[in-house]
Parts: sequence; structure tokens; C-alpha cells
Amino acid sequence: MTPQTATLPPPLLSVEDLHVHFVTSRGVVRAVEGVSYEIRPGEVLAIVGESGCGKSVSSLAVMRLLAKPAGRVVHGRIMFEGVNLLDLSDEEMRERRGRDISMIFQEPMTSLNPVLPIGLQIKEPLFIHLKMTEEQAQARAVELLKMVGITDPERRLDQYPHQFSGGMRQRVMIAIGLACNPKLIIADEPTTALDVTIQAQILELMKELSRKLNIALIVITHNLGVVARYADRVNVMYAARVVEQGTADQVFLAPRHPYAMGLMRSVPRLDQPRGLKLETIEGLPPNLLDPPKGCRFAARCAFKADICAQDPPLVEIEAGHFSACLRAPELAAGTLAPAPQARVDAGARVAKDAPPLLDVQGLKKFFTVTRKGGLFSNTTSQVRAVNDVSFKIAPGETLGLVGESGCGKTTIGRLVLRLENPTEGAIKFKGEDIAAKSLNELRDIRRKIQVIFQDPYSSLNPRMTIGQIIAEPLMVYKIVPNAKAAAERVAELLVQVGLFAYMAERYPHEMSGGQRQRVGIARALAMEPEFIVCDEPVSALDVSIQGQIINLLENLQHKLNLTYLFIAHDLAVVRHISDRVVVMYLGRLMEMADGDALYAEPLHPYTKALLDAAPVPDPSVERARAPRALKGETPSPLNPPSGCVFHTRCPLADGDCKNIVPEPREVKPGHFVACIKV
Amino acid sequence: MLGYLANRTLLMIPTLVGVAILIFFMLRVVPGDIVEVKLRGDGGSVTQETIEKERARLGLDQPMIVQFGQWMTGLATLNLGNSMWTDRPVVEEISLRLELTLQVALMATVIAILIAIPLGTLSALFKDTWIDYTIRIVTIAGLAVPSFWLGMIIILGLLYLFNWLPPITYTPFYVDPVANISQLIWPALAVGYRYSAVVARMVRSSIVEVMKEDYIRTARAKGVYEKLVVSRHAMRNAMLPAITVIGLEFAFLIGGLVVTEQVFNLNGLGRLFVQAISRNDFTLIQSIVMLIAVVFIVTNLVVDLLYAWLDPRIRYGSK
Repeated sequence: MTPQTATLPPPLLSVEDLHVHFVTSRGVVRAVEGVSYEIRPGEVLAIVGESGCGKSVSSLAVMRLLAKPAGRVVHGRIMFEGVNLLDLSDEEMRERRGRDISMIFQEPMTSLNPVLPIGLQIKEPLFIHLKMTEEQAQARAVELLKMVGITDPERRLDQYPHQFSGGMRQRVMIAIGLACNPKLIIADEPTTALDVTIQAQILELMKELSRKLNIALIVITHNLGVVARYADRVNVMYAARVVEQGTADQVFLAPRHPYAMGLMRSVPRLDQPRGLKLETIEGLPPNLLDPPKGCRFAARCAFKADICAQDPPLVEIEAGHFSACLRAPELAAGTLAPAPQARVDAGARVAKDAPPLLDVQGLKKFFTVTRKGGLFSNTTSQVRAVNDVSFKIAPGETLGLVGESGCGKTTIGRLVLRLENPTEGAIKFKGEDIAAKSLNELRDIRRKIQVIFQDPYSSLNPRMTIGQIIAEPLMVYKIVPNAKAAAERVAELLVQVGLFAYMAERYPHEMSGGQRQRVGIARALAMEPEFIVCDEPVSALDVSIQGQIINLLENLQHKLNLTYLFIAHDLAVVRHISDRVVVMYLGRLMEMADGDALYAEPLHPYTKALLDAAPVPDPSVERARAPRALKGETPSPLNPPSGCVFHTRCPLADGDCKNIVPEPREVKPGHFVACIKV
Repeated sequence: MLGYLANRTLLMIPTLVGVAILIFFMLRVVPGDIVEVKLRGDGGSVTQETIEKERARLGLDQPMIVQFGQWMTGLATLNLGNSMWTDRPVVEEISLRLELTLQVALMATVIAILIAIPLGTLSALFKDTWIDYTIRIVTIAGLAVPSFWLGMIIILGLLYLFNWLPPITYTPFYVDPVANISQLIWPALAVGYRYSAVVARMVRSSIVEVMKEDYIRTARAKGVYEKLVVSRHAMRNAMLPAITVIGLEFAFLIGGLVVTEQVFNLNGLGRLFVQAISRNDFTLIQSIVMLIAVVFIVTNLVVDLLYAWLDPRIRYGSK
């Protein structure tokens, strides 16, 4: 032990050489191999890594909540306050769960019991662990709800989970986690399912509470921005092992493992302008049923050498900074450095003066919702999903459409595809109004407008081969004369999206998420479209795969002169790919501007709030930013606020904002803002 | 709540009218004539005139639409008419049998629930252990064994072991509860075994599903006792699909117990139904069908109310 660490308090939890196996029908999956880490009271430790790297499994093992009987700890110790949790009986472990160690899960929508009032769910651990009476528990539950920022707690305790929004449910989960004043909270992707402004609220809350109550906090996440903003220490995991460990500054500013370096460089960043090509980590993580010998990352590593055939130990390369790379000293010395990021030639390809390819004018889409009353007393109300939105897209351009859930961005995509009929307004594609066409006339236009969907898992028919899926539109539209020509075209398309021709014989379940998304892109390209609606095309993918798909989309755009409508909630991804960006809130267009201008100088208060809420994966940048989480939640689109829909959460709002519906005004050339205060 | 009930009760009317139209016209499309069966069935020679007279007396010579109108008027005023075969009021014919059938069905349901819920739960909690396998063999057997065969085995067993036979005449519950129960418990067991097998399998699969839910993991992470995890967090959610099956099976038992009634020599609704069909006794058939329809609808309503009671998402009328 170095003298420096001797002054620190003893660790609250120390995981030592943990190995977890899952027995499956196809063999033993070594989900966690030799993971060790420590956490001290009041510390925030982040565990980052991509899906399947073992980050969740290692923390479920700490709780001893691995799925039985498949998952078991085969080796290692989990020391919590000097006791090895693995030696405890089930009953002794149960006593510690919820009292000493709490866990907050990823999915607030499914993690609360739908048939029990949330009051009972909060009080349950109080009754069990602290033997409180009903009155004491009630008082404590009210106190907890106040602490996590839920107003009117007495009334809300009697309500059921479905009466809460996602963000509110996650607050309830945190209240449950805090109930017995635990010493350690493990939060497994606590904000992944939430919108960015709500994510900021929840994370600020957790960080503040852990500071105030001196609780140790383990945050498991794939979002590097969250890590940079909140973590003291970071564990980077890859293929069941910890590959790098250190303080946030060490890992972010001077990563010493090629995987960690690649991860940092493959994330699109809010504070980087368009034009830089995303660095990617090519290839896929190894299969943990049969992991390769030696360094697990070698197959994808740019610095691979003969030495990498040996198993790399996790060694300390500077005080408190560990790396599992045999070439870490060379990386530290700077003799090994990644190639500088390539630039793509942005801007030149957009024909700004040409007539717009897509011209959306005054688009409205209202859904009628019927609420069942008695036999004759049904009431109807309208959801204004899209309300008076206008924008143009030039040929060769990418227009990014961002906003939080329920803002209407996906509905716009569906309207452009004519999967929905607009209530009002025009959608002109090459001057022809799509909204006014009959289904027959649409056939020709549909060839030119294609779509890439969000979920590569459910949008491919599981009973068709990849070849059949891609060939289907070719045959339907008689683009190719016969089956042989179709097969040739399929092979060509697969190669074009970075797959191999032989993959046409495979079924979707035989491919990874990233590969499936490539298939989705190939299917869209089969029609030789001019315009593609990309509806959250990368949000279901891991960071390193995300970069690959974004680069592919950009390359295809250059080669085939495509125009994109890129719909996403991730501001950094949108910034990276878009020429111009539209920000939406509750069905209305808030701001529209050139991408770099919008991010450099947002004018609308909502855009500012969004950008403030989204964390940047760089601790030095994050520390310089003031935490300014937007208050409150998005109102229901069934009953949107009068006047400016944002006025209920807006820091600039005054009386006028309640009455005046702001029209988008051109404040600067090409920069439109719908706000009367700007 | 009351509004909902009133609403659902009103909605019964179109359903029942639909059933009435279907059964009325279907019966009259099928060949066969009660007067022929009644008067000439045993080879007796009767003049055509007598036949016509009998037809006129029963109203069968009227145009079909008029007959339908008369029947619907009867239904609306709760006057079901007389059996065409025995001339006794239909209400009288049905009520005694319904009482018996309803009692057997209720007892079978209670037996089924008492067996199925513990067995299904154990089976789910000890999934893929010998406990689970044993219970699954028992329930598969329950599905495979016909209840009339089980009934015969029960009767033979009672005779062989205790030299006791169930009485031939039916004793209503309010006359002698002990005699009544000791008579009806056996058919209820024979039917309840199969019933419990269906429900137990549903309980097992829904508990297996529910135990995988995130909120079960949350409950465990809170340090909730395992017993409480099952009884408070899992059971209530798992009961929802089981209730549907219980309701459907119950409705089926009214009128579906023909063979079992035969084996236990019970004069139940199922037997009456078969008799009425073989005699082409239109008024009786129609009334029994309407009764079964009402039972189905009411059972479904009860199931829906139980759902609302168990599941606040339904109770508060959101998605």
C-alpha cells in the first residue's frame, strides 16, 4: 500500500477477484472474470462498458441477486464492512439488502409493482428492517418523497405506479433505495430510460444525496458523459474484465488502455463541431462462451503486437491508475499514439440554392383520444402531436430533428412517409404534395423515400433470411428482372453496408444489433432512394457500434447523394451528423438553425436547457459547467399549456408567454426561434 | 362503479338478442319435428289431422317470424313458456336442475381453486425440480383423464372400500345439508380434478412469468422476506390470467356436465339439455341456451370486476 492510500478511510466494499459463470444450454458463459475494485464512503464509482461486458452482472453478484440457478459466483470475495457477503446465509444476506446496500434499477416503468400503492412499496423495507410502526413509516415515507422532490407526498403515497411518469417513478425508486439510510447504493443504468432533462434532475439528486448522507454510490452506465459529470473513480470493463481503473480525470484525460481510448474517441460529442469523422472500434466484442486467449481486445486493437497473446494483468501505472494493457507504458510515454481524426468534407455537397427536396409547411397532426365513460358519455380529447411545423430540406442535406419523448419528432417522420395522414398542412417532395396523393400515386414517391427504424431487433422479420428481407422490395417494385439479378443486387448492397455477401443466407437472430441495423440500411438502399427518414437509427446500439453506423450513414450520403431526415433524442449524435437542426417541444418547433450555430449559440431557452442537461464526456469541461437542471416535467400533450407550450418550465417566462403563441422568427440569417423573449 | 355496472348490464341486451336470433333460427333449420316424435315416435299411427291440431296447439303452424316475435315478447316479460314435451312451465323444468348443477359447479370451483393455487405456485417456485415434475404429472393426468371415468372409479372405490353408494334421489341442501354434500362432493371432485389441472397449469406458468419481472427483483433488493415476495408481490399479479381461466371453466360447467351427471345419476341441467335436444323441444332448448349465455356473460362480468379489484391500472381506467 502506498502512503497516499493509507490516509484514506478503509473501503466500505471491496470486490476481490470475482468470477461469475452462467450455465446456459450452449455452455458456460464466463460473464465476469477476475474483477476487483473498492469503494469508500461518500465516493461515486462508475462502471462503464458495453452491453454484455459484465458490468451489471458483477453488481448483481454483490447483491447476491444473480438469476438462479444459472448464475453463480465461482471464485472471489465480496467484502462489505469486513464481512464476506458470499459466506452469509440467504437470511443474513436478506437482512443486509435494502438496509445496508440498496439497488436502483434501469427500468423505472417495470421495476415497481403495478398492483401495490407506492406508499406500501416505500414503507416495506422500513417495516422489515427497522421494525417501524405504521405511523413512523408513514412519516418517513413522506419525508423520503419530499427529499426526492415529489410534491404533495401524503396524497401520492396512496397512488399506484401507473399514475407516475417515468422520471417520477425513478424518484420513487430512489426513495425506496434511501429508505433505511443504506451505506451503499448500486444504481444500474438509473437514467438510461429517461429524457435528458429528467436524467440531469435524477443524477443531480443522487449525487447531492450521496454527498449529504455520505453514501457510497456505484453507477453502472454506458453513457460516458454521465461518468464524466458525476464519477470520482471509473472502472472500464470489456469482455468480463476490468481493463482500466482510475480517477475520472485519469481515465478521461489520459486513458491507458486502447479500448478506453477508443471508447472516448468514438462518442460523438456535444462540444465538437461537425466535420470530424468519428473514430470507431471496428469489429465486435468476443463471445464469452469461448473467449480468445490472451488480451480480449487484441482482435479489435490498433496497437496489437505479439506480446498481446499473453493474458494482461491489471497493473498500476501511476498512483491509483490501473491498466490491463501490456503496452500501457508505451502509451503513457507517447510512443504509441492513435492516428489523428480524419476530416470529412462537410458542407460542400449541400446544394443550398437548389429548390428544397422536402418542403414541409404548416404541418399538423392531431390524434383523437376517446376516454370511455358510460354507454353514451364517451369524451374525446385531442393530442396535438405535431402543431404547425414548417421546415425545408435541401438535396444532399441532413436535417436533425431533436426533442424529448412526446415532442412529435417520430410523428413527423411517419407523416413524411405517409404512414399517418396529416390533419393539416403540406409535405412537398420535389414540389409534389405527398399529403394530397392517393395511395396509387404514392407508390412511385415511396420508392424515393425510405426509412431506417430504431429497433433492429423487432423491425426485421425473424422468419425471413437477410437475403429475402432485402430482396422483397426489389421484387415487389420489379426493380430487377428476376431472382438471380435480385440475389446479385442483394450481395452488392450487403457489401455496400459493410457486410459480406454470404450473410444473405442468415436469419436476423444470427446477427448482432449493429449488423442488423446495417441490414435495415441495405433494405432501405435497395429502392435506390433519394431521401431517407432515419428514426433513432443508433439509439439501441452500443457506443462503439453507434460510431460505425453513423460513419456508414455519412459515407453512403456522400457516395449516393442521399438526403436524410435524422430523428434522435441524443443531442451529440444529432450534432455530429446534421447540417441543420430542428428542436421540438410538445409538438411545436422551438428553434431551427445551422447545426454548429445552434450548438455554439442556442437562442431558445429550451434549447439552452437541453444542451445544459446533456453531459459531455470530459470531466474538465463538466466541472466548468454550472449544474442547471431544468425544473419540472414535460406537460401532457393532451392538455398542453396555453400560449408558448414551454412557459411552464421556462426561466424567462412572464405573463405574456401564457397568452401569445410565438411564431418562429428569423432572428439571424437561417436561424429561426419561436420565443418572444429573444 | 355503479355506472360501470349499469353500462355492462345494458350491454348484455344486444348480446342476448344476438344469441336468441341465432338459436331460434338454427333450431328451425335443423330437420326434425317435435309433434312427429311425440305422437308417432313409438310407431303409433295417428291421423294427419291430429298432428296438425297438435302443431296448431303448440303454435308451430304460425309463420316463423311470428313465432319469434312471440318468444321474444315472452323473454321480455320473463315468461319462458311451457315445455313442448311435458307441457310443464320451462321455469319449473329448469329451476330444480339448475340448483343442482350450480351447486356441483360451485363446489368443483372451490375444490379446483383450493388445489390449483397451492400446487401451481409450488410447481412454479420449484421449477425443474422433482416437486415441479410430480405436480406436472398430476396435472397432466388431470387433463388426460375423462371426468366420467374418474367418476366411475370414485363410485367403485366408495363401494369397494366403504360399501357405500351415493343415494339415487337428490336431497336439496336446505333439506339435509350433510346428505346433500355427501352426495354432491363426489361429482364435484371428479370434475374439480380436471378443472384444477387446467387452473394449476395456468397459475404455474403465470407465476413463472411474474417471478422474472423487474419488480420481483426490486422487492428482493429491498430485503423483503422471500415468503412475502411470493405472497404479496407475485401472487396478486399472477392471479389475473388464472381468474380468466377459472371464470371460463365455471361457465362451461353449467350445461357441460352431461356425462358426469349420467355417471352419478344426477338429474342436472346437462342431462335436461340433451333430453330436450333429442326431443326437439324448442322452447326448452331455447331457454337453456339463453340461460347458459346469461351465465357466460355474468361470469365474464364478475371476472372483469375481480380484475379491476386486483389491478389498479384497470380500476382507474387508464391504459
